[in-house]
Amino acid sequence: MSSSANDLSASDAPIFELDRCEALPALIGRHEDFLIVAGLAGTARDIAALTENAPHGFTMGGAMGGACMIGLGLALARRDRRVLVVTGDGELLMNVGALATIALMNPPNLSIICVDNGHYGETGYQKSHTSLCTDLEKMASGAGIKLTRTVQRATDIPSGAQFLRAGNGTVFVLLRVNTGEPPVYKRIWDPAVNRAQFRLGLLGK
Amino acid sequence: MNEQITASTRWQDEVFDLLRRHGVTQFAYVPDAGHTILIDRSLADPDVYAIALTTEEEGVALIAGADLGGARGVLLMQSSGVGNCINMLSLINAGRFPFLALVTMRGDFGEGNPWQYTMGQAVVPVLQAVGVTCLRADTPAEALAAVSAAVTMVFQAGQAVAVLFTQKLLGAKRF
Repeated sequence: MSSSANDLSASDAPIFELDRCEALPALIGRHEDFLIVAGLAGTARDIAALTENAPHGFTMGGAMGGACMIGLGLALARRDRRVLVVTGDGELLMNVGALATIALMNPPNLSIICVDNGHYGETGYQKSHTSLCTDLEKMASGAGIKLTRTVQRATDIPSGAQFLRAGNGTVFVLLRVNTGEPPVYKRIWDPAVNRAQFRLGLLGK
Repeated sequence: MNEQITASTRWQDEVFDLLRRHGVTQFAYVPDAGHTILIDRSLADPDVYAIALTTEEEGVALIAGADLGGARGVLLMQSSGVGNCINMLSLINAGRFPFLALVTMRGDFGEGNPWQYTMGQAVVPVLQAVGVTCLRADTPAEALAAVSAAVTMVFQAGQAVAVLFTQKLLGAKRF
């Protein structure tokens, strides 16, 4: 499944062709099954639109690089619930060491989707390292996460969706998509409001 | 870990017990000689998670996630690690997450390594600038009192607090 991005002419070159607005909801399936932490920018819009700002989602608007570790803290706090982190390639690259920390703890109730469009969409679609040379599935694997997979064709999605929910350990799925825009959705911007809503929904306080 | 701890270290066992009594179950740390007892106690306790970080800002985000799930965490780090946390602390500040950090100080009383002064001296102004209250502890009695006060401020009042264990308390590293 993994591929080298060093030589883009190679037959195993990464494929950035899926539409995130279709592929991500299909990969996640029933979103209510998860407690969801989304990174900032694109993935926050993806998840706010998918869940319609429901209380089982926490979406970021800053603190770039934090989504995976928020997910780890939540997964360790709630071993009875499945936690899903949805982050982007740019956000993950900013704190990629978190993958090593997560691999070390390896909570079986944590799944991570990295929506990889190879670009920094929020700042004007500058190319990120993943469309130039970096393979984040290999980095997750190299960090020590045993259950990793790349989803980059429509035919990869059904098994990817199953893989996301499997788990005797933390799951990492790299979802390669094209540079199409995430959904337009008015999401919760105030993290204190989002925190309060999330805790009220989950804990009743 | 060849640092020499010159002060009595028994107070750190009391700090650990205090944190456990108040329901702290996530101990996030970057290896540090001054926090050895807390780290070892958390690793040995089957009822808590000891989380080794690659960089301190991971611990800031982890603690926010713990709070979303109704759990309590603490970040154990050295003063140089404070510098690695700053932007991530916007999550704590803007989200009004409770946040507790225990910081072993370098770059102050008796420090022999010039590299430690920049961040050591910046800890208080930088943390204050992003909304984290600092409590300083120079003696074992002050350390326990400060952590006890911090626990109330953080888990009852929802504040962000860093307790600074100074080199007067820990002893300066010998070179």
